[in-house]
Amino acid sequence: MHSLAFDISHTLAGGLVLISLMMLYQDRLYSLLNVFALHALVLSLSVAWQAFIQDAPHLYVTAVIALVFKAIVIPVALHRIVKQLGIHRDIESAVGIGPTMLAGMGLVALSLVLMLRVTSDADPLAREDLAFALSVVLLGLLVMVTRRNAVSQVVGFMSLENGLVLAATGAKGMPLVVEISVAFSILIAFIVIGIFLFRIRERFDSVDVSALDDFRGERR
Amino acid sequence: MNLPFFAPVTAVLLIPICSAALLAALPGYRLTARLNVVASLATFLSALSLFVVERPSPGPYVLIDDLNIVFIVLNTFVGFTTSIFSASYIAHELETGRLTPVYLRFYHAMYQIMMFGMNLAFVSNNIGLMWVAVELATLTTVLMVGIYRTHAALEAAWKYFILGSVGIALALFGTILVYMAARPVMGEGQDGMVWTLLVERAANFDAALLNVAFVFLFLGYGTKVGLAPLHAWLPDAHAEGPTPISAVLSGLLLNVALYALLRFKILLAANPASIAPGPLMVTMGLVSLIFAAFMLYRRRDIKRLFAYSSIEHMGIIVFAFGMGGPLANFAGLLHMVMHSLTKSAIFYAVGHISQIKGTQRISRIRGLTVTHPALGWGLVVGVVAIAGLPPLGIFMSEFLVVSSTFARQPLLAIVLVFGLLLAFGALTLRLTSVAFGEPRGSTAPADASYIPMFAHLALVLGAGIYLPAPLVVWFQHVAQLLG
Repeated sequence: MHSLAFDISHTLAGGLVLISLMMLYQDRLYSLLNVFALHALVLSLSVAWQAFIQDAPHLYVTAVIALVFKAIVIPVALHRIVKQLGIHRDIESAVGIGPTMLAGMGLVALSLVLMLRVTSDADPLAREDLAFALSVVLLGLLVMVTRRNAVSQVVGFMSLENGLVLAATGAKGMPLVVEISVAFSILIAFIVIGIFLFRIRERFDSVDVSALDDFRGERR
Repeated sequence: MNLPFFAPVTAVLLIPICSAALLAALPGYRLTARLNVVASLATFLSALSLFVVERPSPGPYVLIDDLNIVFIVLNTFVGFTTSIFSASYIAHELETGRLTPVYLRFYHAMYQIMMFGMNLAFVSNNIGLMWVAVELATLTTVLMVGIYRTHAALEAAWKYFILGSVGIALALFGTILVYMAARPVMGEGQDGMVWTLLVERAANFDAALLNVAFVFLFLGYGTKVGLAPLHAWLPDAHAEGPTPISAVLSGLLLNVALYALLRFKILLAANPASIAPGPLMVTMGLVSLIFAAFMLYRRRDIKRLFAYSSIEHMGIIVFAFGMGGPLANFAGLLHMVMHSLTKSAIFYAVGHISQIKGTQRISRIRGLTVTHPALGWGLVVGVVAIAGLPPLGIFMSEFLVVSSTFARQPLLAIVLVFGLLLAFGALTLRLTSVAFGEPRGSTAPADASYIPMFAHLALVLGAGIYLPAPLVVWFQHVAQLLG
């Protein structure tokens, strides 16, 4: 007989896996971003719940970071980038939806089998949390592999990172969780700025690079 | 010896971070380039003083032991010589207009933050803090690889970023799993992340979980070491960034990631029920060596060539540590030090050469020993060293790796020797075309600083001829630590 606390955290972590799977079949950038915002929202709920049941107030900070930064600021920023670059209509998965979904299910099964086997004597809450977290990580990797567009690769990376935060909060009493989530947020902010520069450069490339080449003599 | 007002560990961390703030604020490149050198020298001197000052006892965050002191001193030394090289290199970049003064301020500040990140990774006793430090060092190098803002540079930075981030994410998952494995024994909280405490009690950890954790750590940090199937970011990042950064990437950052792996290897070795990391490391090391050796033949870009050579040498080092045992570990450590010194010296030479010639294409560079004798012969000595010819230091470490392998696993030794010969052939082939023959390309005199390059080469030569006894004893002790 499980307690209510267990059931709720189980539901939230399972919900994250489900949303990760949903990400796999989004073929429009806007909808992918919306699904990602939902992912981050569920993550922040899950972290807040862990903070409550573990009685670990510092985890609330992580939950707030996830909510504000990943569920609101980053999706909005990416929305604007997509709009400015005019790539919102792109259908850009490199692999078809069917095979991707099958691979996704395979990865979930793999991580459940692996994690539940090796953590047989951990406490059940942390154990299932870890199994779900690994699924989210692997599904994030799958999103990154099957997409060609830089923006959706970043979305894949961020969902991967959500899985890591889930694992870190599930590992009861782990220190440095807040610091790690801050470090990751900085990383992601840099990535988003990076895409911006990268994509802008890609569009206005011809002008700039030829100017540079004239300037310093041909390079290659 | 104990000085009341001087803590070298704090100095090693504080000097870079404070000078980074200062360098970001100050205008004028002559001043900042010199300040960069001074700050790096100060960091190096305080790292050296770690040898004589009494070490702090391992705390929850900081640890100084025989293993990492070698790496800290090597790191700060190469950081210092690279800052000298960087001062003359960057002056030229400014003249040709590839960099503007604003980027230069950014560059110098980032250089010091990178040194801070790497030093922090070395001194940290906390596996979470170590992860954060490695991430910081990665981030700063990403920004510097993309500093020229050309299409190729941005693409290289992007690739490095994505692959590096995935690697670092996997390493974090591994770190969390180590904490989970330790929790039943160590209890909750701080202690479960402190490396020295973990090693003490590792025998009682859950072996299965530890095994899975190591696989993640190996893939994660292995990406940053540049091991073969995960190496894709490395040649691009080395080829497109400023050359001082290529020098520290090859000479230092790869060591940082490898150092993190070694710490976890020691942890695993302390648990009798877990898998031996050896075979995994041996396989990946050999694959990297053979793969990179073949790739060397087809390089047309001189910086890319030496980037692949870094993959090759990292393969040899990982192989040596994977074999384990006092002799192979000793050889691995020696090889790591020799490789850092030699490879950064080569990049110093290559940096000036590509600036003079205005190209990185191997086919457009000819007869360097005629037009630029100092640079040309410096490069010749460097490549001879990196190819593993006697009497230079790398010959000695490679010889030790090969002979210890022959004693224990003759079959593996054959594969190893095959890879070494293959790489040797490729490097000599390229060297003869670049260094000798009819000169080609610009013959403008080099405005170069030769001191860092020749200092490194002299050290490598010295180590090849005679290793001082205290150093040997020290390395033997560390090799025993590594198990």
